[in-house]
Amino acid sequence: MEIDPLIFRLSIFILSIFVGYYVVWSVTPSLHTPLMSVTNAISSVIIVGAIIAGLSGDSQKVFNSSSMFGFMAIALAAINIFGGFLVTQRMLAMYKKKKKEK
Amino acid sequence: MISANLSAIFYLVSGVLFILALRGLSSPETSRQGNLFGILGMIIAVTVTFLSIGTFSSGFIFVLIFIVVGGSIGAFIAYKIPMTAMPELVAGFHSLVGLAAVFVAISAFLNPIAFNLGSPGNIKLGSLIEMSIGAAVGAVTFSGSVIAFLKLQGIMSGSPITFKGQHPLNAIILISIIVLIYLLCSTQSSNLFWILLAISFLIGFLLIIPIGGADMPVVISMLNSYSGWAAAGIGFTLENTALIITGALVGSSGAILSYIMCKGMNRSFFNVILGGFGATDDVSGKSSKEQRPVKSGNADDAAFLMKNASSVIIVPGYGMAVAQAQHALREMVDTLKKNDIKVSYAIHPVAGRMPGHMNVLLAEANVPYDEVFELEEINNDFANADVAFVIGANDVTNPVAKTDPQSPIYGMPVLDVEKCKSVLFVKRSLSPGYAGIDNDLFYKENTLMLFADAKKMTEDITKNL
Repeated sequence: MEIDPLIFRLSIFILSIFVGYYVVWSVTPSLHTPLMSVTNAISSVIIVGAIIAGLSGDSQKVFNSSSMFGFMAIALAAINIFGGFLVTQRMLAMYKKKKKEK
Repeated sequence: MISANLSAIFYLVSGVLFILALRGLSSPETSRQGNLFGILGMIIAVTVTFLSIGTFSSGFIFVLIFIVVGGSIGAFIAYKIPMTAMPELVAGFHSLVGLAAVFVAISAFLNPIAFNLGSPGNIKLGSLIEMSIGAAVGAVTFSGSVIAFLKLQGIMSGSPITFKGQHPLNAIILISIIVLIYLLCSTQSSNLFWILLAISFLIGFLLIIPIGGADMPVVISMLNSYSGWAAAGIGFTLENTALIITGALVGSSGAILSYIMCKGMNRSFFNVILGGFGATDDVSGKSSKEQRPVKSGNADDAAFLMKNASSVIIVPGYGMAVAQAQHALREMVDTLKKNDIKVSYAIHPVAGRMPGHMNVLLAEANVPYDEVFELEEINNDFANADVAFVIGANDVTNPVAKTDPQSPIYGMPVLDVEKCKSVLFVKRSLSPGYAGIDNDLFYKENTLMLFADAKKMTEDITKNL
């Protein structure tokens, strides 16, 4: 009997939760705000679903009810991706070590 | 067009890059590289999606247009936003992830053929379950984050909004969501799908309004977690590994942060979520509110105390963010350091309105991160320090949490500020903190209250040093 592919996806999911658990505990508390903004940015990888939805119309009729929602989702996710990564970058650039005493 | 297997491998790669992005945050040195991994992972995921669809129809142009429009808005916000507004920004971003998840779910529901999920009215059962869970969680994330945003922005009052029958109502709605998902899967009715979305939006709204302003660190972390679970739900629907991995990472990340925040307040997660804190507990605070003598001083006195100290510990809190006093504070510390005074910063886990809020503000003001310490690292040092400078913090310094079992904050880990030889407490008035209780520290022998705006007071002290 063949294993349902859902089981594989579920395995990935469960194992990723564990990976996430250990990785996030090792994040230093002083970087918790960048952690939130970067998780925000990466969860916007949902844009891949939005792109599939946006391109679901045929070439004569680009906009149908389904693809319209896709396009809106693309715009929202893009705000998050660019905003999230850039603001994280901006924050991380500010974390500096003490200058060595001369 | 690339094969489904190949694109699955690339999605896996981008998932791994996202893990590395979070891993990088274990220290500030590796964090910038981590962020680049994250960006690379995103580029791979998006490129592979284009390649796997293959047909570059006219729709492709519109996809690019929407990415550019959204991206420019995002980039503009990222560069303009002041660091003090990070909590609002993050809440706002969460709402967008939630809404995007809802839109993708709607799109998949309306046109399942495009996603290989069956045909309208006859969607594969598994996909429909995953889709409706993703959509429901996404909707909760959206409306919850909007409320959190409005509260943080001050558009909506930060005080808890409670009404009679709130908890039973929420319970009924949660149960009806489950029933609706069940009915939706057995009937495939689109009306049920829309009703499901509507009440999910409603429950997100109802869940967040009873939670008070200072509980926002927990709320933001929780919504962070929800946005992850929503993404994972959609990932299952689309059979996309990158989304599943990311959703799981973000989901557990938010859950851990909520846990850390709850622990920082010594409250259970459910206690925070059920809300209404501060609205009911303030009776005990008011009853004991007899006039007690306080010593108050001015910038000159404060400067004198600090000049004669050999070590100073700064305790920043939300008030510093409100007053935008971080730069003025850094200048004061620079002057102190010129006089060979040792200065360090003590950060309580729930200081501010989101996890790590104070650290970012201090970093913005060019405070080196190796002078900034967490509660456990620095708490023993207060006994040996000469001056504690409390700026904009309150409840997190209240010794009552250690001494009075009747107090609502009893058991909460607090900074042992009172052990310092002298305490300077910058505050606008004697009003109690958000927990609605008096701070014993105000009345201690060795406490000098500095009644003023945090920024102005800090600047005045610097002038007098």
